[in-house]
Amino acid sequence: MNTQDSHTAPAPGVTLLVNGTRHHLAIGPEVTLLDALRERLNLTGAKKGCDLGQCGACTVILDGKRVNSCLVLAARAQDRPITTIEGLAADGRLHPLQQAFITHDAFQCGYCTPGQIMSGVALIEEGRGHDEAEIRKHMSGNLCRCGAYANIIAAIREAAART
Amino acid sequence: MQSFTLQRPSGLAEAARLGAEGGEFIAGGTDMLQLMKEWVRTPDRLVDLDPVLDPRIEAGPQGLRIGAGARMEAVAVHPEVARIAPAISEALLESASPQVRNLATMGGNLLQRTRCGYFRDAGVAACNKRRPGSGCAAIGGENRIHAVLGTSGQCIATHPSDFAVALVALEATLHLAGPDGERDMPIHHLYRTWDTHPEQETNLRPGEIIAAIQVPATALSRNARYLKVRDRAAFEWALLSAAVGLEIDGGTVRAARVAMGGVGTKPWRMRAVEAALIGKPANDDSYAAAAAHATEGAVARGENAYKITLMPRVLARALALAGGAA
Repeated sequence: MNTQDSHTAPAPGVTLLVNGTRHHLAIGPEVTLLDALRERLNLTGAKKGCDLGQCGACTVILDGKRVNSCLVLAARAQDRPITTIEGLAADGRLHPLQQAFITHDAFQCGYCTPGQIMSGVALIEEGRGHDEAEIRKHMSGNLCRCGAYANIIAAIREAAART
Repeated sequence: MQSFTLQRPSGLAEAARLGAEGGEFIAGGTDMLQLMKEWVRTPDRLVDLDPVLDPRIEAGPQGLRIGAGARMEAVAVHPEVARIAPAISEALLESASPQVRNLATMGGNLLQRTRCGYFRDAGVAACNKRRPGSGCAAIGGENRIHAVLGTSGQCIATHPSDFAVALVALEATLHLAGPDGERDMPIHHLYRTWDTHPEQETNLRPGEIIAAIQVPATALSRNARYLKVRDRAAFEWALLSAAVGLEIDGGTVRAARVAMGGVGTKPWRMRAVEAALIGKPANDDSYAAAAAHATEGAVARGENAYKITLMPRVLARALALAGGAA
């Protein structure tokens, strides 16, 4: 192959736009968005559960869509807006779904909670937050090993009703 | 994950050339990154297709044109897709999770690799797909999810895509871009069956890229339905599935298209079932009698024997669904 092509030159790094702030990271193409957030930007809200897109603990919102950050190469998230759990509260006030998780006791150990909340915020935006069967189906990408599902659903329904 | 170079082509033609030179393609990345993290695939060069694949979904009098870069979720909720080919919407909404669907592309969905646990465990020595000539651990092993049609002594893995099963029933066409130009390929030519080379899964040439998917709009496509049977209610692969379209006139079946997933080494077109439906009254007796043909040639390997029992039942239910919509 022709390694002299300009586009095949090693990337000098990646610029990520996280919660409204631009960060330049000197990282290679093999770093996932999840690892960049946690290990480089110290944004440890997104959790590494399975690292294979099966548990949803790493869910963030990229370009307005919920995604598994473990299945995104950071280099491919260049300059695209990213919201993590750390960026949800505004002016010291919790997002309505964060408050609803507290009100409804929607977590036990808390490990899956940031992913549940990011996924739930996106689900409400998608207009899928009003019917219990619909919430169950479209929250299927987020596992909770403590089994707090009943209260998670109640929290999402309440937050959806208020938005 | 092994380190690699990420190549960023400026167009499809250049991407195809980089692929022909040995680069591995990555689009949405949901399957490729899983395989790389598990050391099943260790490419040293990845060619990023994301910026060069067409993400548009277009509906016209001829039917749907789905750019290979369209995300599963975008296609799943697209109103024209639901109107022209509801089986596609149903297949996609029953696939993966919203987070995965927001990343995964339609082209990548068709080219995802099998969920066979032996293929996906690089610590297992015997897998003819991963290491040609090494054997098949699933034959005589844990094979509850494996195929009963199209298998050989070399490999009994299924293809996991729901969307592909719907496309086979709808007789979709793929637009391909390759290093030597573009060509069209009927979807049923995409996947190979294997007697000797299970590592060769498709008829794509080196460097060839799925650029778009064309789905013809017909009375049959508008009535087609997708039924999926699995171990849990959501975010789970099909154990069995069926995509069925019927054209019914005056209470008689005039045309039928039937494909099943989860049972074959590729999405399986059920032509004997289709033939048994033509000219028959559109009722449950006809559907049950026709569905019995689904198991012709099926071979069980132990744990997957239940699939042969379930195949006609799932198919009869899917036929009744499509018959109710026709």
